Amino acid sequence: MGRATEILRARFADCFLDAHEQHGDETVVLRPEGIATVAAFLRSDAELQFNVLMDVTAVDYPGRTPRFEVVYHFYSLPRRARLRVKLPVPEEQPEVDSLTPLWKSANWYEREVWDMFGIRFRGHPNLKRILMYEGFEGHPLRKDYPIKKRQPLIGPMN
Amino acid sequence: MGLKRIVTRVFGDDSFVTTKLDAAIGWSRKYSLFMYPFVTACCGMEYMSVSSSHYDLDRFGAAFPRFSPRQADVLIVVGTISHKIAPVLTRVYEQMTEPKWVIAFGVCTCTGGFYDNYATVQGIDTLIPVDIYIPGCPPRPETVIQGIMMLQEKIQKQRQEY
Repeated sequence: MGRATEILRARFADCFLDAHEQHGDETVVLRPEGIATVAAFLRSDAELQFNVLMDVTAVDYPGRTPRFEVVYHFYSLPRRARLRVKLPVPEEQPEVDSLTPLWKSANWYEREVWDMFGIRFRGHPNLKRILMYEGFEGHPLRKDYPIKKRQPLIGPMN
Repeated sequence: MGLKRIVTRVFGDDSFVTTKLDAAIGWSRKYSLFMYPFVTACCGMEYMSVSSSHYDLDRFGAAFPRFSPRQADVLIVVGTISHKIAPVLTRVYEQMTEPKWVIAFGVCTCTGGFYDNYATVQGIDTLIPVDIYIPGCPPRPETVIQGIMMLQEKIQKQRQEY
């Protein structure tokens, strides 16, 4: 078991769901409620020092409960270590806390996840579409978005 | 008058040539193309290549790209057009003064190419009128030059407005 997994399992036992490791890179699966606290801890902890948020993305698993998974990739510059954090997010209430207050890099990633998957980020300063135009209906990377669906161009409103 | 001066210079003082005004204007317009490159994607590399000295677009009077649509008469659309950029392309086209022509450079601008998806405009002729379609992914410079020559032919033959 990797060091980050060990620390997180001991410290955040109530929201720890699962963990695995491949090629020396750790992955932990957490309850979505605790992400803001865990992320702040990952960043500030003197031993872990995960000071870069490299990516925020999501996966749609149709037929699975909970349906979505939000995936964070953290990197520690001083330790040269990576950590992947996954949060299972239910279809009925696709919402997790925003990490934009902690990392500015989260801003556009979270907008992209909202645009493509329709997952909202609580506390995001400007949660609007980033790739598709305003007025676009639906979230095209959801697996139930019809592959042949074409929408009339409405154009940017701002 | 400019035409008379040219005739005098080429054929002498008391000479004259007969032509149709349309043909004369077409002839002068087709060798004076000012292109506005609307470049969005990888086809831009091929556009840079074709507009460089090696392929010498100056032979066709089309060497000098204008980077303001108000000073251009050929809109050359190079690269994938997404729905988000589409209003910008339409705006650029509307800013150009008549007479104006449009070249769709590369298969994405012709039909959407292999980007048959939610984000991509399926051919720019759904937005603006297109004169010449140059297919290819990306088109070879020879293909582009043929396209430009076909546009010249079209300009020569069309009814001129003046």
